Amino acid sequence: MPRNPQLNANGKLQHLLSIEGLPREILVQILDTAESFVGVTEREVKKVPLLRGKSVFNLFFEGSTRTRTTFEIAAKRLSADVINLNIAASSTSKGESLLDTVANLSAMQADVFVVRHASSGAPFLIARHVKAHEHVINAGDGRHAHPTQGLLDLYTIRHYKKDFRDLTVAVVGDVLHSRVARSLIHGLTTLGAPEVRVIGPQTLLPAGVEALGVRVFHDMGEGLRGADVIVMLRLQNERMTGALLPSAQEYFMKYGLTAEKLALAKADAIVMHPGPMNRGVEIDSSVADGPHSVILPQVTFGIAVRMAVMSIVASN
Amino acid sequence: MSALPDAEALLPPLAAALRASVTPATVMVGVFTGGAWLAERLHAMLGLAEPLGLMDIAFYRDDYHKQGLKHDPKRTRIPFAIEGKDVLLVDDVLYTGRTVRAAMNELFDYGRPRSIALAVLVDRGGRQLPICAQHCGARVEVPAGMRLRLKRAADGRLALELEDAA
Repeated sequence: MPRNPQLNANGKLQHLLSIEGLPREILVQILDTAESFVGVTEREVKKVPLLRGKSVFNLFFEGSTRTRTTFEIAAKRLSADVINLNIAASSTSKGESLLDTVANLSAMQADVFVVRHASSGAPFLIARHVKAHEHVINAGDGRHAHPTQGLLDLYTIRHYKKDFRDLTVAVVGDVLHSRVARSLIHGLTTLGAPEVRVIGPQTLLPAGVEALGVRVFHDMGEGLRGADVIVMLRLQNERMTGALLPSAQEYFMKYGLTAEKLALAKADAIVMHPGPMNRGVEIDSSVADGPHSVILPQVTFGIAVRMAVMSIVASN
Repeated sequence: MSALPDAEALLPPLAAALRASVTPATVMVGVFTGGAWLAERLHAMLGLAEPLGLMDIAFYRDDYHKQGLKHDPKRTRIPFAIEGKDVLLVDDVLYTGRTVRAAMNELFDYGRPRSIALAVLVDRGGRQLPICAQHCGARVEVPAGMRLRLKRAADGRLALELEDAA
């Protein structure tokens, strides 16, 4: 069996490329370490000296202000130097290849590359070509994976529900185009959540999604019944044009999370959303701002989770 | 090599020595894991007003680049303002002094204490930094290559143990 490209010869995390294929032990290590970093982020001085003298390069071949910012904050709180490159607007537009870009940055003494790319697999390609002391963190590649978002979702669920063993988790919406959903589902399965459901119209669920170990629902009412955790996915506007959906209004009627639909879940259910959210399309404002919503804590936990990932890979 | 001292027997005289140094601004911070167990006991014996602080120095270690991050760092909890306090820093074994340095660095990220004093159960020598303990239960000789650790039994009793460092 070929070695997992994320792990070094000692089985330690060298790169974070995907939650899929990571052993439970490493997922738990990341979540436990993140918990200690949450303590750091609540202090007056929100910085520790762990990555002092290291350089973290944010390589965003695809725009994403929020993810880039949270990686930047995480790296700065570890005392690393952060260099942000908006590659979409620079070298590649002049024709430089992906690996040439990385080789150049490597010559500038990079230690960690945080990579966001529209093509699935781009971070894997980079990880195969970097030097032994360099580390790659996938910040979202195409439709494939967004492991730090998946990890912060797992962290949030564990924070509020303590244990995965009795949980019913419902993931609602555009699973087909969602790297967030894929990463989360793999993580939940690895950590032993007994029931993961995906809810959405046929056109937005990938064919054969059951193979990931989930139950499929097309009806919100049925799918939400008894859920402990509801994860709403963003409906990307561009999906409207591709004949996948009739209209935003009709989508909201059937799959938008309203207080009435939320009432079908458990009384203490939590509502999550990876952001940015479209109010009135996949989620009603009263729910997004309501007592079940943990959408803003997700953002805060996301920084601690990214600090944990960077400090673990950079030490291996 | 002499026999290891009985940890439980070292506690009352150490607490008595600490009591003499307590001021109205005294707070106690124990370093995970052994130092936290010891601090829990000493804190109760001294009856300090402020709750006990607990600290994991994993994010401040100077050997991170060699050793990596330890597997399960605990969460540091300092449930009081450090500013202006007389901090009694408690650890189980004083050896190279590197843990104490890291702990002091971390403490300063919570505020500026008026003073820091170090209390340890045992001092095994071998310092690599200019650090000393103001309060020490006992001095012991430990062969290089051996690790001296505090253990806590199910009934809460503390005991010193030697093990191979490798």
